[in-house]
Amino acid sequence: MESPAEPIVRIRNLTKSYRRGEQRVPVLTNISFDIAAGEFIALMGPSGSGKSTLLNLIAGIDKPDGGSLTVNGTDIATLSEAELADWRAANVGFIFQFYNLMPVLTAFENVELPLLLTSLARGERQARVDLALSMVGLADRTTHYPSELSGGQQQRVAIARAFITDPVILVADEPTGDLDRASANDILALLERLNAELGKTIIMVTHDPHAARSAHAIRHLEKGELDVAP
Amino acid sequence: MHFLKLILRNALRHRLRTGLTVLGLVVAILAFGLLRTVVDAWYSGAEGASAARLVTRNAISLVFPLPVSYRERIRRMEGVTAISYANWFGGVYVTPKNFFPQFAVDAKTYFDLYPEYVIPPAEMKAFVIDRKGCVIGRKLANTYGFKVGDALPLRGTIYPGTWNFTVRAIYDGAQASTDTSQLFFHWDYLNETMKKAGARKTDWVGVYVIEISDPDNAAQISTEVDAMFRNSLAETLTETEKAFQLGFVSMTEAIVVAIRIVSFLVIFIILAVMANTMAMTARERIAEYATLKALGFGPAFLAGLIYGESLAIALAGAVLGIALTFPVAHGFSKQVGTLFPVFGVSPETIWMQAAAAAAVGVAAAALPAFRAARVPIVEGLRSMG
Ligand SMILES: Nc1ncnc2c1ncn2[C@@H]1O[C@H](COP(=O)(O)OP(=O)(O)O)[C@@H](O)[C@H]1O
Ligand SMILES: [Mg+2]
Repeated sequence: MESPAEPIVRIRNLTKSYRRGEQRVPVLTNISFDIAAGEFIALMGPSGSGKSTLLNLIAGIDKPDGGSLTVNGTDIATLSEAELADWRAANVGFIFQFYNLMPVLTAFENVELPLLLTSLARGERQARVDLALSMVGLADRTTHYPSELSGGQQQRVAIARAFITDPVILVADEPTGDLDRASANDILALLERLNAELGKTIIMVTHDPHAARSAHAIRHLEKGELDVAP
Repeated sequence: MHFLKLILRNALRHRLRTGLTVLGLVVAILAFGLLRTVVDAWYSGAEGASAARLVTRNAISLVFPLPVSYRERIRRMEGVTAISYANWFGGVYVTPKNFFPQFAVDAKTYFDLYPEYVIPPAEMKAFVIDRKGCVIGRKLANTYGFKVGDALPLRGTIYPGTWNFTVRAIYDGAQASTDTSQLFFHWDYLNETMKKAGARKTDWVGVYVIEISDPDNAAQISTEVDAMFRNSLAETLTETEKAFQLGFVSMTEAIVVAIRIVSFLVIFIILAVMANTMAMTARERIAEYATLKALGFGPAFLAGLIYGESLAIALAGAVLGIALTFPVAHGFSKQVGTLFPVFGVSPETIWMQAAAAAAVGVAAAALPAFRAARVPIVEGLRSMG
């Protein structure tokens, strides 16, 4: 099933396996699907079904064994390490389960980090970071270090860091997995806003049905294979 | 800017760990500098030697003397401008621990050959006319608090009895490398006292010091002097003052080599400590490095962070260690008194300390930086779950 417009993510016959000792353990077997621009999709499935692996491949931090993987018109399976790094900086925003902020940097500095790889001047960076932090409701926490923030606040800093470069896709791996219900709802509402207001394409891995309800579409992974019906 | 901030804040993350590592570096750099300074001090006698002076001694051994009659024969030689002589006295001041060199010298000629011993003319005059007078160096005077006019008794070991000298002059060194820990007195007084005591070996000198007009002729004149006394009662061995001094050093060469080895071992040990610290640090941060990579930072950036942190720690250790070397060397020099006549931290030593610290910083970071740059992102991220 192809969307009428060119999909932002186009996956064909993707396979991935890991080596465990002598054996090769298949994780993804022959995955094919598309994600349209502006989608908010939840990837669900039992633990170990390959959700994170698939997300990592789409985000360009892991390499597939076979198949093709086109994101925003680039077949990223063919890129070198260095090319992939530049590609990620320009196209992907990352949101992790454990936030992955730099503990020695303030909220402001953490959000500014990806901009250091751009040619933006200091003043422009400052303006952008201030805007992003106020969008996630942390304008009054710019000089706080991650250890001085709650889990929900840290995740919001991480989300600001993810969209600060205006990436093509946002990938989130269990973004609410480490949060209480209330904080999780804040984060999900924030993601919905990013999707609705900024038109960001979001791919979110979760095993929480409640979280998945924020998405437009849900895809299930089972033993390395994608379900047929959504 | 951000890069430096990250490096410094990372370095200060585990204050105790970084503090202890810096402390270790300080001790190592300090020890390295001190040991090198000791080695330098060992060679300082040769360093201060003049190329225009030759030393003639008994060919068999330094402990055998030469007849005083050789003096006139050498003085008349072509290219020789002055000659004097000296005997090693080897006396003890109060206790053997108080070591300093003492020489019986020809009072009228000896100091003409050593312009680096700067003596006020009035004091020099007073010394020449007092048979039991002596000249001492500034460092020696300062160490024991001797002043002009003080009595200075020495207990003879080679020449028996107690010898009561009076300090008549104190000399300063013309250069920093000049040995000012020595004592000189009248050879005539020594010789006459020994004659009166009925000693067999009188009218003998330990070494002749020869001043030559052109240092380039040193080898030729040395050969000629030794040729002149071949097959005579006491054959001679003549060499430059520098070679003569180095001959002393070579007797203790093994110790010097040992000190050198230890100085490098110290650096090697701190390298192991530092490498361990950096490896531990980098391992703990592997998920952070993976995150930075995911965001698009390259391996060079990560390696830079690790090298930068390692070098920052090494720099702190080097600055403190080098700064401490001066007061500690000074204190050490005070403790050992006149054992090392010249004891100073040379610029070369400081450079070597800095180079050692830099080498430790770079080497300690090498493996962690290589690992961090290479670890696959997904593996690094998984390490935190
Ligand atoms: N780097 C790896 N090395 C070996 N096996 C791995 C690696 N990454 C994932 N796997 C395996 O692949 C399977 C899928 O993992 P993952 O994608 O993390 O699952 P999920 O996110 O759905 O829980 C699991 O069985 C896991 O053990
Ligand atoms: Mg997972």
